[in-house]
Amino acid sequence: MTERSNEPFFWALFSAGGMISALVLPALVLVLWIAGPLGWIDAPSFAELSGLVSQPVVRLGLLLLIALCLFHWAHRFRFALYDGLQLKHLFGLIAVICYGGAAILTLITVYLLWTFQG
Amino acid sequence: MSSTPSYKLYHPKWYRHPMPIFWWFKRWSYIKFIGRELTSLAVGYSATVLVIQIWALSRGQETYERFASLLRTPAAVGIHILLLLCLLFHTITWLNLAPKAIVLRLAGRRLPPALILAGHYLAWFAASALVLWLLVGKS
Repeated sequence: MTERSNEPFFWALFSAGGMISALVLPALVLVLWIAGPLGWIDAPSFAELSGLVSQPVVRLGLLLLIALCLFHWAHRFRFALYDGLQLKHLFGLIAVICYGGAAILTLITVYLLWTFQG
Repeated sequence: MSSTPSYKLYHPKWYRHPMPIFWWFKRWSYIKFIGRELTSLAVGYSATVLVIQIWALSRGQETYERFASLLRTPAAVGIHILLLLCLLFHTITWLNLAPKAIVLRLAGRRLPPALILAGHYLAWFAASALVLWLLVGKS
């Protein structure tokens, strides 16, 4: 009997999250949270943003982006704690906190996007 | 549920040289390694703030304006500039790794790593252009 590992599954999520965050987040952060608030550009208004989010394609994209980013964080931060701070003895607890936190926030995101009305 | 074979919890027979907690502080390459791992905090933070922003949007204009004014405070702007630097570090280290992780063969010959690297940077450019077009292109 070989022991089944759930490692490949979480690694795939980590990898997908690493890619999508690398491609999308810098531009998103620059526009939404730096250039907009500083007035370098016309910050997208409430009406524009809720118009965007009420489109199903955008909602699906946001869900994908947010969920994958969260699981990317969960996986990578988990091993940073193990290796960087040598917390291997807290193995189970850290895994539960990281993946559990990502799962809960993902569920909240699903709820918010599902019930969103522009 | 022992999920990682790479970490064995107890090894009574082995002598393990005790490592100081800040072992990774000794060498620049170790610091860079831990720094790269810690960019995951920036990614997680971004996702969380996006969720809060969607929540604020869903609550209506008044809540959203309060959220937007919070974004304009110097503290928030400062944090987000630092955030952007961490994210850029993540993006560049991640994309530079791609040619090492991905080996594509075409007609029996390996595609040159430089081509794979260029493809990823092109994808970054395209994704950024899409984000810009969606958020500011229409005005």
